[in-house]
Amino acid sequence: MTDWPQTSWPETFDLAVVGGGNAALCAAITAAEAGASVLVLEGAPKPYRGGNSRHTRNFRCMHRAPMDPLVGSYEEDEYFHDLMLVTKGKTDEGLARMAIRSSEECLPWMKAHGVRFQPSLSGTLSLGRTNAFFLGGGKALVNAYYNTAQDLGVKVAYEAQVTHVHLDGDRITHLQAEIAGKPVTVQARAFVLASGGFQADIDWLARAWGPSARNFLIRGTPYNRGVVLRDMLDQGAESVGDPTQCHAVAIDGRAPKYDGGIVTRLDCVPFSIVLNQKGERFYDEGEDVWPKRYAIWGRLVAAQPDQVGYALIDAKSIDLFMPSVFPPVKADTIEELAAKMGLDPQAVRRTVDGFNAACRPGKFHPTELDGLRTEGLDIAKTNWARPLDTAPFYGYQLRPGVTFTYLGLKVDARAQVHGPGGPIRNLWAAGEIMAGSILGQGYLAGFGMTIGTVFGRIAGKEAAAHVA
Amino acid sequence: MSLDLTPTAPLLSATGEARRQIEICNACRYCEGFCSVFPAMTRQKAFADGDLTQLANLCHNCRGCYYACQYTAPHEFALNIPAALAEVRVESWERLARPQALARLFQSHGVAMAGLLVAALAGFFWALAALKPLAGAGFYAHLAHNTLVAIFVPAFLLPLALIALSLRAYWREVGGGRVRLAHLLQAMDSAARMKNLSGGHGEGCNFEKGDRFSDRRRLFHQLMMYGFLLCFAATASGTVMHYAFGWEAPYPLFSLPKLLGVPGGAMMLAGAAGLALLKLRADPALGARRVWGGEMAFILLLGFVALTGLALYAATGTGAVGPLLAVHLAAVMVLFLLMPFSKMVHGFFRLAALVAEAGKPAPVGGAE
Repeated sequence: MTDWPQTSWPETFDLAVVGGGNAALCAAITAAEAGASVLVLEGAPKPYRGGNSRHTRNFRCMHRAPMDPLVGSYEEDEYFHDLMLVTKGKTDEGLARMAIRSSEECLPWMKAHGVRFQPSLSGTLSLGRTNAFFLGGGKALVNAYYNTAQDLGVKVAYEAQVTHVHLDGDRITHLQAEIAGKPVTVQARAFVLASGGFQADIDWLARAWGPSARNFLIRGTPYNRGVVLRDMLDQGAESVGDPTQCHAVAIDGRAPKYDGGIVTRLDCVPFSIVLNQKGERFYDEGEDVWPKRYAIWGRLVAAQPDQVGYALIDAKSIDLFMPSVFPPVKADTIEELAAKMGLDPQAVRRTVDGFNAACRPGKFHPTELDGLRTEGLDIAKTNWARPLDTAPFYGYQLRPGVTFTYLGLKVDARAQVHGPGGPIRNLWAAGEIMAGSILGQGYLAGFGMTIGTVFGRIAGKEAAAHVA
Repeated sequence: MSLDLTPTAPLLSATGEARRQIEICNACRYCEGFCSVFPAMTRQKAFADGDLTQLANLCHNCRGCYYACQYTAPHEFALNIPAALAEVRVESWERLARPQALARLFQSHGVAMAGLLVAALAGFFWALAALKPLAGAGFYAHLAHNTLVAIFVPAFLLPLALIALSLRAYWREVGGGRVRLAHLLQAMDSAARMKNLSGGHGEGCNFEKGDRFSDRRRLFHQLMMYGFLLCFAATASGTVMHYAFGWEAPYPLFSLPKLLGVPGGAMMLAGAAGLALLKLRADPALGARRVWGGEMAFILLLGFVALTGLALYAATGTGAVGPLLAVHLAAVMVLFLLMPFSKMVHGFFRLAALVAEAGKPAPVGGAE
């Protein structure tokens, strides 16, 4: 499907969708069902299609009553409250509430278009009420949408990198792209941008964050390089979100540079002590239950020398968290473990001795805040503080893993993109490229897919109405 | 044939590769809803060889997890769980079979199966010529009942005994516990409905249509399995009628052996045709490539057994009965003899794996 031009394809499509993940496909399917001829330009080759949606696993969904597979109810105000907690108020309330309200009708729409759900995955039971899990994960969702799109006659070009979105006054006239390495002009009457953020462009990250960003790992697709976002910003499109910030979590330091996805997560931090290269602790590892503190550790590790941390546990804790994709470093003594991890054995010994001496007896409870805290340390560990005294000892290297960037295109409730002279009449945006309009900072599990689905559908509907 | 001095080398690597993949898989768990393999996987962090043997025999090769996987090639993790487990599975059937050499030969080589069929054909044509009875009706006019029994009872029971030995070794290897009736019923229920080919959502598997779901493999497999069971029941009912009621073959259409056998044979034939077609369409890279020929030959053999059985019935009263009888008996004989050494054994191992799984504690998820 990457030969270009395909002789059977129209010269001018009703709608060209830039990107090939969840938001792009929701837009393409919605527009095709409304009768539009649609071309999807996916930057990745077919095996990597789907952008970061490949790595997702659930959809955060409002519901007023139990709705398969979701239990109980999750109403607008609670959802919005959860969102405000993570964004610390950095959100557009109108857009956020609209997305939340729309999520309820998205679930049946997703099912009707091939997505299959399952009860929440093991280890994520706390999300069973709020998040609907995709059977097989995000790639299964992506596959289902591609099949649905294909059945509706949507055309797909893979390895189609859009380099320029040509703005003329208040309209987009065409796209410049490279399809399988060849320059191509794509003609269409309406356009949807759903090509993600820029987190895979390390140079851009380094300009925004500083040189230490070169040591970050990128958890998702290597194809989100923000080319289209940059091009639109250069042409004066309205933007939103902090350009210097990215969302990062602490992941296994041995993960691949790109695309490590879910398996690179490490859930051991609450049961560990985390050291920097000097062999010193730098933050309270037991501040809160892990899902709530997962996100801050990316930033914490990023602030340490060489952007690396070392989580140490002992034999008592090895079975308390999800298995890691790479086996931990293992040793019979603390000194040996430190040496194996490239740390100064004496410095680590001192830190561990100090920590062990500060631990107090009490009841340890791995799944709730147990209040088992250290006493007398400059940096306390406020829960799950047990001495590291039982061999064998285990160590994991931690590095910041970038999930997504916040800078994006500002859209209105119709998903329309605004240029220097007001709304661009035939241009809409959906998904990560505009998520900053709602998510100013922080992250709420499953909310990225909500934004993508809601705004993808709106963009597809608006675009189809525009060309009808 | 070359002298292979290191027969265990490739076997270890199949298990080693499966272990590498399963450990990555176990850190993701997105596929938990597809089948029994993934919940079973979450019981441990480290996988002994026996654990992998059990997971491999639980896997029905539906391929759902392959198409849903973020980590398939060209990703550097290069996961292909259906193929990795298929390799371990076939390797376990070969390793636990007695004698192993026969299993290695017939699991992979369709030609060997065809060769055995030719030999059996020659044997039966000779038998028909040399042992022609003086009296008897129907096909007993060609081969006496007692001769048939003398040939087929050992040809049926000896392979079954060998399979029993294999299953005992399997049970030890995977650490199966005490079998309770409830476990058996649960396993039979899974097998009867082919629950593990439903895809977890009831729309089937990803065997022959890439990332689209299809229920065809489940359908054709059910036709084959129930057709085979009907034919087996037909033979059993004939045996009972012969010995208990003194009512000897040939049986009319409205008799138990025919009422069971004719539809059974037709189902087997349809099942074999469907399964062979699906196998041609399916991507061989998602199964155990080296046994593709042996598996295909096994499907064709089942179809051949059914076809010749139906033909034999259709030829009643004609001169074709003699040669068709030889052909059908030879096919049945090969099927029986190869039970422990061909894909046929998968049914026994699969059921054992389902029983073992039913007997294990319910999987609990990892910590948050």
